[in-house]
Amino acid sequence: MTDLTSLTLAEARDGLVQKTFTALELTDAHLAAIEAARVLNAFVLETPEQARGMARAADAKLASGEGGPLAGLPLGIKDLFATKGVRTTACSKILDDFTPPYESTVSAQLWRDGAVMLGKLNNDEFAMGSSNETSCFGPVVNPWRRDGSDAKLVPGGSSGGSASAVAAGLCLGATATDTGGSIRQPAAFTGTVGIKPTYGRCSRWGIVAFASSLDQAGPIARTVRDSAILLRSMAGHDPKDTTSVDRPVPDYEAAIGRSVKGMKIGIPKEYRLDGMPPEIEKLWTDGADWLKAAGAELVEVSLPHTKYALPAYYIVAPAEASSNLARYDGVRYGARVNGRNITEMYENTRAQGFGAEVRRRIMIGTYVLSAGYYDAYYLRAQKVRTLIKRDFEECFAKGVSAILTPATPSAAFGIGEKGGADPVEMYLNDIFTVTVNMAGLPGIAVPGGKDAQGLPLGLQLIGRPFDEETLFSLGEVIEQTAGRFSPAKWWA
Amino acid sequence: MSVDATTVRRIAHLARIAVTDAEVPHLQGELNAMLAFVEQLSEVNVDGVEPMTSVTPMQMKKRGDVVDDGEIADAVVANAPATEDHFYLVPKVVE
Repeated sequence: MTDLTSLTLAEARDGLVQKTFTALELTDAHLAAIEAARVLNAFVLETPEQARGMARAADAKLASGEGGPLAGLPLGIKDLFATKGVRTTACSKILDDFTPPYESTVSAQLWRDGAVMLGKLNNDEFAMGSSNETSCFGPVVNPWRRDGSDAKLVPGGSSGGSASAVAAGLCLGATATDTGGSIRQPAAFTGTVGIKPTYGRCSRWGIVAFASSLDQAGPIARTVRDSAILLRSMAGHDPKDTTSVDRPVPDYEAAIGRSVKGMKIGIPKEYRLDGMPPEIEKLWTDGADWLKAAGAELVEVSLPHTKYALPAYYIVAPAEASSNLARYDGVRYGARVNGRNITEMYENTRAQGFGAEVRRRIMIGTYVLSAGYYDAYYLRAQKVRTLIKRDFEECFAKGVSAILTPATPSAAFGIGEKGGADPVEMYLNDIFTVTVNMAGLPGIAVPGGKDAQGLPLGLQLIGRPFDEETLFSLGEVIEQTAGRFSPAKWWA
Repeated sequence: MSVDATTVRRIAHLARIAVTDAEVPHLQGELNAMLAFVEQLSEVNVDGVEPMTSVTPMQMKKRGDVVDDGEIADAVVANAPATEDHFYLVPKVVE
């Protein structure tokens, strides 16, 4: 039998329907792969018994022809998603052994459609990070290595466990979340596909909140088609999230292979940074050439407020985080560290429960919202955000269907290499992705080539609100031309 | 703008995060690095620009004013570090 962990999600789906193998065999193959890949630290909790139970149930449904769209397909779940009866920590010590008595809407929809949960995936603590190094469970290792080197590289973040597990063949797809680039940047660092849908497309209910006006869930998968299949199940209206949008979910998979002829693709000149590495330039030019060869028309566009997106983000996101994370007080759930009085108990609990990056962001957020500073920082940042969104609106009003950019300014870097002295160095990773969150738009990262050291690089396509379908059509063109990217297996 | 050591301690207290004297200089440096980075926003002309309140233009949905959940006290307190009879236990607040 072929190695079941090397199949795409779509191939596995078809194999199950044709009864080439069973859901239990598929799940067991992935559980074995997870066990052999513990050195990657991608999973923070493995749930083999639950996985086999769900696989058996899927086999029964498949046998009677009642399998849902994801029947029997084993997935990993980022540890930011609440899973009923299964420990959920956001990879923070402060949540301790928190075991939700409820299921997040997005994961519930995956189980509704028949998917199998393999376990919970590592991420940056409360999704704050771009390298998965802030997790209380330790860093995730990227399955990719530089040519001729065994140095451990980061998988990106915050959805580093999701990206690493998908790239290494430990699951067929994974849930992820994206507040400033946390789906697209790790996808780019691992040669996988990740899409952050339009704000409001997926319910945020049951996902540990970071910055509520920016957070969106989406899938990471090995192909554009697989990500389209997963998004269809994850998306949809949920009355429990007031920002969830009540509009039908299209059959995203049907957009795969659709012609892109005549589409206007914007190339934003402000993304051409000074000192951009030549390999990123080449990646971008290649991507543009491939879309052109498929019949798209390339136009230069201007998004003049691009450079202000990251600084505005580092006001808005910490402000919202400081408010959202006020709930971790050692009273209702999670860890508690005692003190001489209740205030000291709060202060000790939060000092020991939160890691350094989270404490830093809560403090910045507290500062920019504090009396006397609100107008100068927070209000100004929200006005800049309006301008960033307006830039995109004006561009789309000129008939542009999507915008093509690099996904990241570099390939994956080494564990411990960045952000030691200056936190801003790490933040710059999200320079191409964060604009999309600020404007609430959909964005997809698709592998487009390799750097000189053999590491994958990703292209990003930014779409009009709720036009994920165009991103899938264009992403497929890139994937068909650039091919797929798999790391050499060194860990097992 | 930049923060001094006193401000760092004040922010930490507002955020209910204990900081030791040894941590203050380090935190001050990091917070000032972030504040220096966001300083560039002051060069943007925001005259007459509305601050963003909703990234997706939509009417705020409102649910019906009905009780549709509850009677799950066991589940509500199940994850709490200290409880008694469905109450959360905290250090004494009122002398």
